[in-house]
Amino acid sequence: MFYLSDIGKYFIMIRMSFFKPSKWKILRKLIFKEINDLIIESIPIVSILSFFIGAVISIQTALNLSSPFLSKSLIGFATRQSVILEFAPTFMSIIMAGKVGSFITSSIGTMRVTEQIDALEVMGINPLNYLVFPKIIALLFYPFVITISMFIAIFGGFLAMTFAGVSGEAFITGIQMDFEPYHIIYAYIKTFLFAIILATVPSFHGFYMKGGALEVGKASTLSFVWTSIIIIVVNFITTQLLLS
Amino acid sequence: MIEVKNLIKSFDENEIVKDVSTTFVKGKTNLIIGQSGSGKTVLLKCLLGLYAPDSGEIIYDGISNKMMNDSNKTLLRREMGMVFQGSALFDSMTVLENVQFPLTMLTEKDDDEIRQRAEIAIQRVELEKDYKKLPSELSGGMQKRVAIARAIVMNPKYLFCDEPNSGLDPKTAIIIDKLIQEITKEFNITTIINSHDMNSVMEIGEKILFLVNGEKNWEGTNKEIFKTNNQSISDFVYSSELLKKVKKYL
Repeated sequence: MFYLSDIGKYFIMIRMSFFKPSKWKILRKLIFKEINDLIIESIPIVSILSFFIGAVISIQTALNLSSPFLSKSLIGFATRQSVILEFAPTFMSIIMAGKVGSFITSSIGTMRVTEQIDALEVMGINPLNYLVFPKIIALLFYPFVITISMFIAIFGGFLAMTFAGVSGEAFITGIQMDFEPYHIIYAYIKTFLFAIILATVPSFHGFYMKGGALEVGKASTLSFVWTSIIIIVVNFITTQLLLS
Repeated sequence: MIEVKNLIKSFDENEIVKDVSTTFVKGKTNLIIGQSGSGKTVLLKCLLGLYAPDSGEIIYDGISNKMMNDSNKTLLRREMGMVFQGSALFDSMTVLENVQFPLTMLTEKDDDEIRQRAEIAIQRVELEKDYKKLPSELSGGMQKRVAIARAIVMNPKYLFCDEPNSGLDPKTAIIIDKLIQEITKEFNITTIINSHDMNSVMEIGEKILFLVNGEKNWEGTNKEIFKTNNQSISDFVYSSELLKKVKKYL
């Protein structure tokens, strides 16, 4: 019953964030600020992680393709498939649940603890529209981050193979092999759903938290746990629906 | 003026505010006092419209809360100013931006007019030298002043203060109390202060409502409070050793 009421509260929160909108002039500023905080500032960590994980994927694939009868281009193929289908959209989203999700929960949670959300309510401002709506809009640019992640991860794989002495040409042939554009669509559908989850689940945990400074930390941890779980479950459902 | 009639508010079958009826007078500093857990904050939040009463009525200058739809309630809230216990200033905004915030969000005034009005409010609380500072760079007393400036910048009809001098030294606390009282007279607003500070009661308690376990136990003025025979209020007023000694000389 407790979880059911929370699920209901979560959807009401999303609905309410679109009501009683603040002035467009204010919202525009808030959206740009959130794009900077949530999207632009995530690019460095996403780039570094993608580069090295792409490299590791290709090295491990190469390790498992020791037979001389198997073409080296399969390394590029396997790296591309792993990155586009799973690593960039899902793995990165879980990392972002830690980075962006904790940031959202702790910033909104601190506002709750210090009565700043009450102050907005007393002024007759819809705090959900003021705090959550700009985050939802900003995270609609999240596929842009995932696109960067895909490119850099494949590039990391390419560089790792070049350093390992595998011909770059074979790797490039591999990443062009049996290309299925639908896989890109699948990856972006997932990314879009994860973006909504990344914006709303941490906001929910921050907005409805109770207590003091210690509880802000607890809410951030809980938010990361739930965001990760929901991402994994939604990943399974979308994969089942779109690929099986 | 705000009239409260038979107000009841419960949480999970716990009755927090029990059938309270009173009147908060315009142009005066009205204090709600009582021990922690006596229902002061819940009553204040009902008056602010943050909690819907279970039963009873709140009448704001002749208009009952029962007659108000959501848009009326939003308009009413724009006539309210609130000073929170912890000031509730927006951390990432400067003093000026904090004070400008309600004007920017809720009015169609141009930027120059908004800045002008905010500067007047900041001058009123004597912080004109600090308007570029962030809340983290201000002392507790200065933060309370900014909160007061933000509360009065919209020219409210009602000013609510939740323990405005908690965490302040006695001298600063008196300065903040006096400032609130001066603003109440100057703008002729209905000010309601939630407090358990006896200094505030003595300094600015022009109308006092005393709550015990959510019930109205006594009401009167700061002059009457020392003469009353009500045992609960006497125990509350003379709870400190200092005041017990003062009582002997009264």
